[in-house]
This record gives sequence, structure tokens and C-alpha cells, in this order.
Amino acid sequence: MENIEALFRVEWPGFSLNVDLTLPGRGVTALFGHSGSGKTTLLRCIAGLERPTQGKLSFKGEIWQNEHTWLPTHKRPLGYVFQEASLFPHLSVLGNLRYGIKRASTEHKVSLELAVDLLGIAHLLDRKPDRLSGGERQRVGIARALAVSPEILLMDEPLAALDLKRKQEILPYLERLHDELEIPVLYVSHSPDEVARLADHLVVMDEGRVVAHGPLSETLARLDLPIRLGEDAGVVLDAVVAEIDDRWHLARVEFAGGSLWTRDHGIPVGKHTRVRVLARDVSLASGEPGLSSIQNMLSGHVDAVADDDHPGLLLVRVRIGNSSILSRLTKRSAATLGIEVGREMRVQIKSVALME
Amino acid sequence: MGFSDADLAAIWLTLRLASTTTALLLLIGTPIAWWLARTRSMWKGPVGAVVALPLVLPPTVLGFYLLLILGPDGPVGRLTHLLGLGALPFTFWGLVVGSVFYSMPFVVQPIQNAIEALGERPLEVAATLRASPLDCFFTVVLPLARPGFITAAILGFSHTVGEFGVVLMLGGNIPGVTRVVSVQIYDHVEALEYAQAHWLAGSMVIFSFLVLLTLYTRRPNLNKAG
Repeated sequence: MENIEALFRVEWPGFSLNVDLTLPGRGVTALFGHSGSGKTTLLRCIAGLERPTQGKLSFKGEIWQNEHTWLPTHKRPLGYVFQEASLFPHLSVLGNLRYGIKRASTEHKVSLELAVDLLGIAHLLDRKPDRLSGGERQRVGIARALAVSPEILLMDEPLAALDLKRKQEILPYLERLHDELEIPVLYVSHSPDEVARLADHLVVMDEGRVVAHGPLSETLARLDLPIRLGEDAGVVLDAVVAEIDDRWHLARVEFAGGSLWTRDHGIPVGKHTRVRVLARDVSLASGEPGLSSIQNMLSGHVDAVADDDHPGLLLVRVRIGNSSILSRLTKRSAATLGIEVGREMRVQIKSVALME
Repeated sequence: MGFSDADLAAIWLTLRLASTTTALLLLIGTPIAWWLARTRSMWKGPVGAVVALPLVLPPTVLGFYLLLILGPDGPVGRLTHLLGLGALPFTFWGLVVGSVFYSMPFVVQPIQNAIEALGERPLEVAATLRASPLDCFFTVVLPLARPGFITAAILGFSHTVGEFGVVLMLGGNIPGVTRVVSVQIYDHVEALEYAQAHWLAGSMVIFSFLVLLTLYTRRPNLNKAG
């Protein structure tokens, strides 16, 4: 009863959504897909902003929608962040934050101060929205959604309208939310990078249907996803910082299967983190290792092989201990190396991105 | 020379009529404008057209039909008789009813445009912040669409002040009851009292100019808020 059960059927001219999904009641769940895949519509159905042709929705055992019940949006205990911050232009930042607080139920799990603090907007409270930058506006939008003390936070591509610099400005705040909030977050995104950084659980959507869902690492390591990630194909590993090498400015992180060296970003030893390993940065080799500039060499067994989107390329999944890593190589090098399922290979990882 | 007592009575009556009409129109016109701005119903077109009819109809046509409907033998007239209100034509409240229809598009359309310009988003945001639809109307729609409401009130008021044909058809020319400024001017001219006519007519020109000046100098604000 701690889950979110959603069943929606929407039939509009030129668009249909057909979803029957159980979402975890904690952590960040990314709804991922190309534009038009129905991810935003699904989120809006959950918020009650769209009324599906047919729908059932229960949130932690509480019925929000079925054949007889329709809980209007303003009675659902949720917070919603729109793609454009959509602040009320006639109210100051503080006025925007208070708008929801005044109307929220009295049990405050998230106070005004906490929301202001989490998003770093204390110095903006007296300003009108038109005096804020795009990034600041979106931070206020997120704080406003949090200030109503929601039991679930719905975010519709909160970074999509921002340029790269603004994204980099907001991402650390979102990562803080991920670490500090206890409520579930549904995060709509078409950016593999945001998903890799923020999500615990991944729902992949295509043409109004859910094509894959499950824990982030497992789902990213699947080779049968009908949507191709191309350059973004890769896995995310949960890891712990084990050692810092001050002399070379490197950090060693341990994951279930081995350890990897990465640039030191000042994350202290013992801290949990996640690393993203892109398939294009992983090469496979057999035989004895020679001298190489590549620092990270592991050993594992080929687990699965699948075509990539280019006819000359393959995606190979290698099992290393309890983790999987994807490698993208040309079919020619796969043939030269004699890659087949079960074969032991050396895995060379050119670069590793530390996500938190 | 200045305004005669009869002129002053006509001015007072006109202001009373225009204020009453404007107040009623804001009450009646706002839900109509809200519905027209947001509905996807097939009735949007027909209802919008009916609301806009007074823009193109000669006021005498409107006055004629209202006279029939409100008169002792008309459907509404019988009802008002049953309710003990008597017949409405040739009374102040008859003029109010006529003016409400006559000035309806001038109030409904600016409000409708302002609400349409807001779009769905502010309403959705308010709903996700726990505001009920009514709450949202007063705390989000009204402040954001305020320029539209002000334009509506100014246009509704001044258009009622400038009314003539409907008044003559429905109210006649009863001093202190239905003799508004425009009718009073007509009387002065009929009686060749040109000096008296000038005073009232000139005042109307100045009044109308000031109203339009207010509206047109407010324009930039209106666009910004929309």
C-alpha cells in the first residue's frame, strides 16, 4: 500500500496513452521518453490536470480516481513543478510561496524556511518574478511546490526551458532534494544526463506506452529497450568513495564488482555517490594488457550482445561481479576479438563521470 | 446660464442608470465571459453571437422586442405582474433591463479577452497549490485580468450613458424617471433651445473624450498584464 498504482487510457485525435503502472512510493522515479511519448500526459493525469477517458489512480492506498471517484487537483496532496516556472506575476516571490502554504493542510512536513533554504532563494523573497533570471524563477517554482508540504512531488521537465548554464545551476539543488526529501518524486525528462544523476527508478515511455521500468541501473543495462539512447547509452553504478589520491587528484570509488579511478571532485571518503559509465567510453580486449593510458581495467564475462542503432555497431553487456557495464564497439572489432556470450574479456574504461 | 433643474435631474438619472447597469453587468457578464473564454462547447459560437447582437442591431429593434417581452402581454411582463412588480416598460428598472442587454457586449468581450489571454496555466498552478476554482478566480484570475475588468466597466458605463434609441422605445420620456441626458438633449433641440442643448451636448463630448482618453492611455498596461 506504499505504492502508486496508475492505470490510464487516453484517446485523443492523433495521440493515445495506455498505461498500467505501479510506481514506488519513495525515491525519484524518472518518466523518460522522447517528446510525444506521453510522459507529460501521464504526469498530468496523476495530478488531475488531465481527465483521462478511463483511469484508476491510488496513492499509497488512497483512491484519487476510479469509476466513481474523481479527486480534483486542488484536493490532491501533491506539489507540481511546471516546465516554465509559471510564477504568479502579481505576487512577489514570498507571495508566491505563501499562496500554497496558506491553503495547505496544517501538518507541515516542509516549512517555508526549509523550502527557501533548500533552493537557496532567501535573498530573492521580496522580488517580483519579472526581476528574476530563468534559473532563479525555476528555483522559486520548485520551492513553491515544496512549501505546500506535498506527499508527492511531480516535476515536468523543470530544466528543459533553461540553457546549459542554468541547468548546472539548478542540478545541485535537485540532487539535494533527492538526498533530503522523503517524499516520492516523479520526474519527467528527455535528458539521459538528468535521469542518470537524479533517478532511482526509471520508466521508459514510447508512443503512449510504458516500454520498460525498473530500478535505474538494471533498466539502463537492458539491451532490449525499444528506444535507442545512441551516444547516451551507458550504465549508472552506485559507488562509495574509497580513497583519495592527493598527488594525482584522483579518487577511487568502489562498486559491486570492483573499483574505478576518477577525477577527485572533493567528495569525502566513505560518501555514497553514483558513477556513470557511457558505452562509448568502454572498450574490450583479450590477452595480456600492455601499457596503456587507460587507468581503469576490469575483468568480466560477456553477458549479452545486441545491435546498436548504427548497422556497424554493437552493444555488449559485460558482467563484472554484481554489476553490468555496457560497451559499444564496431562489429568488425567484435568479430576480430571473437566476442560471444560467456567469454571472459578485459574491460577498459576510458572515462567515468561522477554524478554526485 | 448653466444646467437647468431638469438638466440636472436628467444627468443624475443617467449616472444612476449607468452605475446600476454597470454593476449588474459585471455580475452577470463575468460568468458569461468566463464560460465563453473557457468552454469547448458547440454553443460557444451561438451564445457569443447573441451577446454581440447589440453591436450591430439598431437600438430601436432591441427596444421594440424588449417592449413586447416586458410589456403586460409579454411573457416576462406577465411574470413581473404575478410577482407584484407591475410592468417594467416606462420605469427606471425597465431602462436598466434594456441597458443591460444593450451594453452587454461592451462588458463581456473585454473580460472574455482578458481571461482568454491568461490561458490555462495560472489556473492549473493555482489548483496544484490547493486553490479551489472559486478561490482561484478571486486570487489569480481577478488580479491578473484586472485591466480587462476595468476596461469592461468603463465601456459598459459610458456606452449606457450614450444610449438613446432603447430608452426612447422602452422608457419614453418621463422626467426624473426615464428622461436621460440624451433624451433631454433631443427635447431641447425639438424646442429650439440650442443654448441648453449645447451645455448638455458639449458635456457629453467632453465626458466621452475623457473616457476614451483614459482607455487609450491605459493600453500599454493592459497588454503587459495580458
